[in-house]
Amino acid sequence: MAKRTALYDNHVAHGGKIVEFAGYELPVQYTAGLMNEHLAVRNKVGLFDVSHMGELIVKGENAEEALNAIVTNDVRGMYDGQVRYSVLPNEQGGAIDDILIYRINGQCYFIVVNASNADKDAAWISSHLPKGVHFENISNTVSQVALQGPLAETVLKKVAAEEFIPKKYYSFIKKADVKGIKCLISRTGYTGEKGYELYCANADVPALFELLLKEGQEEGILPCGLGARDTLRLEAGMPLYGHELGEDIPVNEVDLGFAIKMGKDDFIGKKALEAHAPEYARVGAKVVDRGIAREHSPVYSGNELVGMVTSGTHAPYVGYPIAMLRIKKEYLDKPLEADVRGRRLKLEIIPIPFFKK
Amino acid sequence: MKILYRESHEWAAIEGNTAKVGISDHAQSELGDLVFVNLPEVGTEVTAGEVLCDVESVKAVSDLYAPVSGKIVKVNEELESSPELINQDAMGAWICEIEVTEVPEDLMDETAYEEFIK
Repeated sequence: MAKRTALYDNHVAHGGKIVEFAGYELPVQYTAGLMNEHLAVRNKVGLFDVSHMGELIVKGENAEEALNAIVTNDVRGMYDGQVRYSVLPNEQGGAIDDILIYRINGQCYFIVVNASNADKDAAWISSHLPKGVHFENISNTVSQVALQGPLAETVLKKVAAEEFIPKKYYSFIKKADVKGIKCLISRTGYTGEKGYELYCANADVPALFELLLKEGQEEGILPCGLGARDTLRLEAGMPLYGHELGEDIPVNEVDLGFAIKMGKDDFIGKKALEAHAPEYARVGAKVVDRGIAREHSPVYSGNELVGMVTSGTHAPYVGYPIAMLRIKKEYLDKPLEADVRGRRLKLEIIPIPFFKK
Repeated sequence: MKILYRESHEWAAIEGNTAKVGISDHAQSELGDLVFVNLPEVGTEVTAGEVLCDVESVKAVSDLYAPVSGKIVKVNEELESSPELINQDAMGAWICEIEVTEVPEDLMDETAYEEFIK
């Protein structure tokens, strides 16, 4: 049976349309609807329940070294209170997951993982740590909300003192106080907007959620569901595990070079990646013809099958249908079409993120 | 004029031997924000219960089924640029007009349909 986050009753009270996602019952949208929720985040501010995400702890004297051997990014040189994005690779150079690594200190890291992969990640990480480095899965005790949008800071300032608001992108304050609620606040998000993610105990999250909605009223805040979360991340050109990333997709084919440090010491999957010359590329495309090219639609150049759509939707802010493609590199400058239920839709490769402000 | 509904949530507003066809308010609310209506072609013969056309919401593509049989004589081209009209006024935003040859007996009137979606 699907699990519920601690905010389930709040979702229902706010008119959330509940669906099952990654083993959780979560709202796909609220009464305002996906389109309005998406635009609230681009133009004002939105609030998401992302408590389904998994949270893991890796700690011990050699935590840094141990972690560095199992992720693609380099965790050395981070400061306490810094966040870094990484892929968690397998031996074949594919992705077990993509993760956020929070450095509490050099001996303690807080790791945030995708809900659907949390158990798999926990099993993998715990079995690949040396003796003396401890592992803990705290997913069931931690809740998380994401406050996202150009006015997110304005709203947060009403409920938290300046010292508790992280200033730099990808930094965090571990012991923040939000009107008496203890939170970890990071300046992170999955929308392409300025914003914050707030982690707290399950028992505190309903009060935190309602507080932010109430204080954000003036700014036009909307509670936002999974639907807008997906269209926002896609419009921002961010990959999603199970779509752009997967165990069988070499991570040097997904345009995440900034998070894959081939120059560092050995890590899981490094040899496989060294031996693999990328065949495919991850690119963004605009659908020129009318219609939406959704995930799994095959992509053709003439009669040649050259790849597929990994994510596709109508992008509410830019106002046209967009897609992310996984296609053979030699076809990047060739005419491309997606086959959508027997209809060919012309694609035009364009830079990501898809939106500019 | 009488309005009849299919269980798959299309309506047909029948007047004489023509019917305007659309989707119910319940259906638009379930589908969410519509972004594309793939209109059928004028001149096509359709059979009640078969796929008439499809609509795309941000979330998914959905087939619409013909509530009546007949020939498509008009399509609402306004929906090409403004699919959101269906969300705004589902009973007003007709998709196409059919010259009716047959009206199936299992269509519901408004009272029965309201009961059906309860």
